[in-house]
Amino acid sequence: MAKIVKGSEKSDLVATSGERLTGKELGTAVVTADAFPNPGLPPHRQRVTDTNPRRLARAARIVAWLFYLSIAGSIFTIFAYMFFPIEGGDTTSIRLSTLYIGLGSAFALLAIGIAAVHWGKAVMADKEGVDERHPVRGTDETRARAVEIFKEADEESGFSRRTLIRNGMIGAFIAFPLPAIALFRGLAPMDEDPNNLMKHTFWKKGLRLTHDPTGVPIKASDLTIGSSVHVIPEGLLDLPEAQMLDQKAKAAVLVVRLKPEDLHWTSEQRKSWSYDGIVAYSKICTHVGCPVALYEQQTHHLLCPCHQSQFDISNECAVIFGPAARPLPQLPIAVDADGYLVALSDFDQPVGPSFWEREK
Amino acid sequence: MSQKPETHRKRGRRSPVAIVLLVGIGLITTGAAYAMATTATASAEVDLMSPQVIDEGQKLFAANCATCHGQQAQGTDNGPSLIGVGAAAVDFQVGTGRMPMQGNGPQAPAKPVQFTDEQVKALAAYVASLGPGPSIPSQSDLTGGDAANGGELFRINCAMCHNVAGAGGALTEGKYAPELKNTSAVHAYEAMLIGPQNMPVFNDLNLTPSEKKDIVAYLEYLKENPSPGGLELGSLGPVSEGLFIWIIGLGAIIGLTIWITAKSN
Repeated sequence: MAKIVKGSEKSDLVATSGERLTGKELGTAVVTADAFPNPGLPPHRQRVTDTNPRRLARAARIVAWLFYLSIAGSIFTIFAYMFFPIEGGDTTSIRLSTLYIGLGSAFALLAIGIAAVHWGKAVMADKEGVDERHPVRGTDETRARAVEIFKEADEESGFSRRTLIRNGMIGAFIAFPLPAIALFRGLAPMDEDPNNLMKHTFWKKGLRLTHDPTGVPIKASDLTIGSSVHVIPEGLLDLPEAQMLDQKAKAAVLVVRLKPEDLHWTSEQRKSWSYDGIVAYSKICTHVGCPVALYEQQTHHLLCPCHQSQFDISNECAVIFGPAARPLPQLPIAVDADGYLVALSDFDQPVGPSFWEREK
Repeated sequence: MSQKPETHRKRGRRSPVAIVLLVGIGLITTGAAYAMATTATASAEVDLMSPQVIDEGQKLFAANCATCHGQQAQGTDNGPSLIGVGAAAVDFQVGTGRMPMQGNGPQAPAKPVQFTDEQVKALAAYVASLGPGPSIPSQSDLTGGDAANGGELFRINCAMCHNVAGAGGALTEGKYAPELKNTSAVHAYEAMLIGPQNMPVFNDLNLTPSEKKDIVAYLEYLKENPSPGGLELGSLGPVSEGLFIWIIGLGAIIGLTIWITAKSN
């Protein structure tokens, strides 16, 4: 049972805590009526280093030696850096260099820490002391003086009186973060609608499907049943590096070939997006955009390694497990006059994870 | 005067350095002889076209494989047809111990090989005689690849299942992509060629023979080069590294805190 003890209820306090607290010192502390009595400090126990001078001398020696060991570790680190250089891209030399530099500096630092703690525990004077906690509330005089100081400062600075300066200052504080909005806006695409960028990829009608990373175009006859090919659009590699990577991040496609009878379609239109068992699906997971390419050729499952979403290629990449919300978008493909696989259009929906304006 | 050189010689022979040297020479000679012997058996040439070999393969097939794959390798409800799978498929499946399968499960695991090298080749010869299919790659298909290009191809085509360091990884419903650190070059090459079990097929038009050679070179490079960062912890990334740091790292910190706050005795 707890109750708030007011400053005047002195008798209650003595009964519960048995201590020297006066009502004034207590403030608004909560003191329970049935609290355990303060057991006080346990009896002082002497350490072996207090009773046995030889053990004390030994502990002191150990502390000193630990500091010397730390010095040795530091020197070892310098020598390790000199004698195990990283040379010629050889992974063994990198391994040895980092290993010995790491060991040396770890020893140097750890020895200081252990020495300091051992010094404090075994060698330094050992006695218990009590510092009484003082109440948080200041005395009435201190509080009155604080108010006085505030008033004085307001008076002397004219903060309340000179409204022009005060409002100017508040305005300056408000205006200061504003440039950040303009600066961060500059990180987003400037001349294009970001929505639009997320809705369209590099694919367009007539672009050939080519091998990643060589850019060699793919013939339908190249693919045997069970094949999986990692595909980028024709012409992607002609872009400057940074732009190429931006586009590849959206346009990456996985092409697989199944027996045509293993593919189940909900509409003739979807079926017309495939060619003789060859289907192309976006590699960007509809959950949070990891590349989905763990293809099992017998079960026709596609597994995303990040959060274990599973897609069934034989059923238009329907989600059969995991957190992905939608099937992977299908890239409509056909075969051109020379037998190469070509895209019929861009994806019919945005690839990758959802965003607010996705459905608009 | 005449005694002195003799004692010197005796002492020389008894010195500990001499013993170490002798043991060293012995070990190196034995090792070299063993290595030569094993390479000699590995490259034992079996003519896959010879009728005797095919005949022997047929007998082995009837005794060990026909229960599931059928007497004519035409396939049954328990096992697929092997007509047209080629010698490479047999050399991979039987040569890594995956076949004959010991039980039904999500995946046939690699296990100790059940046949001698000659028997594996004879089985391969028989299955290859049933219909055209990928043949066993020769030594020249496996050596001299560009590991850097192989690394890029491996990261694009293989790493999502087999892990970027070839440590393997989990697939769906109990299946897994095996680790590749103990896979021989020829078996890795054959796996790409035939797409065993749930692995996709990477035929010669998808990954050209020279690209396959590069990937094999990358796998050999992985085997020979230790991780620059020290302990690999299985190269499994955040799973094993997290386990290590939470148990060993945090354990050490807890131990230290207990030691710091305990009173000295």
